[in-house]
Amino acid sequence: MFLSVTIPIYIIAKTGKSFPETPTVLSEAVFQSIEILEEGDPVLLSFDFDPASEGELGPMATAFVRHCAEKKVKMYFMALWPVGPQMVDDAVAKVILSDFPDLEYGKDYVNLGFKPGNEGVIKVIVTDMRELYTTDDIGTSINEIPMMENITSVQDFNLIINVSAGYAGTKEWVQYASTPYPDKIKIVAGCTGVQAPLLYPYIPNQLPGLLGAIKGAAEYEKLVIDKYGGNDPDPKYLEAKRRMGPQLVAHLLIIILIILANYIYFVEKRRGVSV
Amino acid sequence: MKRETLISTSLLVLGALFLAGRIFLTEHGMGKAYVRAVEIKPKEVVTDVSWTKYENATQRQYHESVDQDPDQTQFQFSLSRTIGIWVAAFFTLFIFSFLYRDNPFYKIAESVVVGVSAAYWMVVGFWTTIVPNLLGKLAPEWINSWAMPGLDTKAEYIYLVPLIMGIMLIWRLAPKGGWISRWPLAFIIGTTAGIRLIGFIHADFLGQIRNTIMSLAVYSPETGFNVWDSIKNIIIVIGVLTTIVYFFFSIEHEGFVGQTAKVGIWFLMITFGAAFGYTVMGRIALLAIRMEFLMNDWLWLIDPSHTRVFM
Repeated sequence: MFLSVTIPIYIIAKTGKSFPETPTVLSEAVFQSIEILEEGDPVLLSFDFDPASEGELGPMATAFVRHCAEKKVKMYFMALWPVGPQMVDDAVAKVILSDFPDLEYGKDYVNLGFKPGNEGVIKVIVTDMRELYTTDDIGTSINEIPMMENITSVQDFNLIINVSAGYAGTKEWVQYASTPYPDKIKIVAGCTGVQAPLLYPYIPNQLPGLLGAIKGAAEYEKLVIDKYGGNDPDPKYLEAKRRMGPQLVAHLLIIILIILANYIYFVEKRRGVSV
Repeated sequence: MKRETLISTSLLVLGALFLAGRIFLTEHGMGKAYVRAVEIKPKEVVTDVSWTKYENATQRQYHESVDQDPDQTQFQFSLSRTIGIWVAAFFTLFIFSFLYRDNPFYKIAESVVVGVSAAYWMVVGFWTTIVPNLLGKLAPEWINSWAMPGLDTKAEYIYLVPLIMGIMLIWRLAPKGGWISRWPLAFIIGTTAGIRLIGFIHADFLGQIRNTIMSLAVYSPETGFNVWDSIKNIIIVIGVLTTIVYFFFSIEHEGFVGQTAKVGIWFLMITFGAAFGYTVMGRIALLAIRMEFLMNDWLWLIDPSHTRVFM
C-alpha cells in the first residue's frame, strides 16, 4: 500500500501528467450552481474542516474559492470548526491574494471566523446573522464592513457552499438551513469520503450538488480549469487531479487483494481446510 | 545483537545518511521554509506605528529575488517555519512507526497531539465563546477596551442566565454540592435533544418520505418517456421498501416477507460496500497527502507546484 501510493505520487510529480477525469452529474450540478450566479451575488462559504482532512478537502476548497473569484461574487467565509478560519486563510492566501489581488477585504470577501455551537449556530443565523456575528475574524465590527450592509440572515445569500469533514457540517446545514427554508436557501457541498454515502439521500431536493471526496474534487477541478484555467493552468489548481493517481493504483491493489483472498478462501474451503 | 535490533538500527542509520546526503551534498538542501515580509500600516489612523507580517513564500521566489538584488530583505529564510516542517515530518514518521508496533516514538507523538489539541480547544473556547458571547454581551464596553475593539453592541443582561448556569456547571469540581451541576446539564441535554429531534424529523424522516414519493414512469416534454430515470426511481422505491421490511420484526421473516427482506439485505450490503469504498478512498487520500508532504515539503524529492529552483 505504501509503495502503491508513493510511486504514483513520484511519477506524476516528475512527469506532470495526471489521469483524465469525466465529471459526473453531481459535480456538474455543483459547478452550474455557482456558474449561474451573477457578479456581486452574496455567497456564504462555510469551511467546516481542519488540517486532518486537508488532503481530501483542501483541493475542493481551493477550487470553490477560485470559481467564486472568477465569477466575481461576494464571498462570506465562516467556520463551524475551530481550525476552520485557518483553512479559510490558507485558501484566501493561495487563491485571492496571489491571483486576484484586486479583490478587497471587506468589499469583495470577508472572513467571519469560527463560532462554537455546531447546529446551534446554523439555527440562529438562518434568521439573525448579527445575533452571533458582531465582529469578523480579526475583530472589525460587522457594521463597519461594507459588504455586510444588506446581510441580515443566511436567507440573504444566493448560495451556501459547505466544505465538510463531519459534525458539524453538511448534514446540519441541510437539516437546519435548506430543509426548513427550501425556497430561500440553496446549498451545495463538498465532503469527505466517509460522509458521502450518508448525504446521498438528500440529493437532489435538499442538496442539489455534492462533491464526494477527492474524486468529486478532481471532477470539479476539471470543470473549473476547462472554463477558466487557460492552456497552462497553475499546478496548485490541479491538486485533486494529481492525487487521483495514487487512488487508482491503491484501489487496483485492494481489488486484487480482495479477489486473491476470496480465491484462497474458496480453494481452502474446497480442500477442507478449516478457516 | 538481536536480528530485530540490527534491522531497525540499520534502517535508522541508512535514513540518517540519506538525510545528511540531501542536506550537505546537494546544492539545494531540503526542508527549508521561506517568507515574504509585508509591512502593514493602519489605513485610516494617521500614526507612525506599523508592523511586519510574514507570508509564506517559495524557494523560487527567494532565489529569484536574491539574484536580482543580493541585499534584498523582502524574502527571507524562516528558521521557525523550517523547524515546523521538520517537526511535522518527524511526527508523521513517528505515527507511521505504529505500523511496526507500539513504541515510545509513537507514544510521544500521540501524547503531544492530545495535549496540544486540548490546550488549543481551551484557548479557542475562551476567545470565541467566553469573551465575545458571554463577557462581550454582559460588559461590551469593558471587552471593547481590551479585547475586541470592533465590538459595538449594548449590554444584554439576559446573558446572566448562561453565566449562572456556567458557574453551576463548574460547581461539580467543588468538594460539596456537586448535584448543582445536574440542573444545567439537564437543560443542555434537554435543549440539544429538542433541537436535534426537530432537525431529524423535518430533514430526515419527513424529508426522506417526500423524496421517496416519485414518479415511476418519468416523462418529459422534450424527450418523452425517460427509460433510465424511470428505472432509477423504481430501484430507489424498491430499495427503500425492501430495506424497511428487513427492519420490520413484528412479522416473522417467512414466505413473501422473508423474500422481500432478503432483497432488502442486498440493498443494505450494496450500501455498506459503497460506504466502505468511499472510506477507503478517503483514507488513501490522507495517506497520499502525508507522503506528498514528506517527499515535497521535507525531502524536496518532487516539486509538483514548481515552487523551487535547482530541482
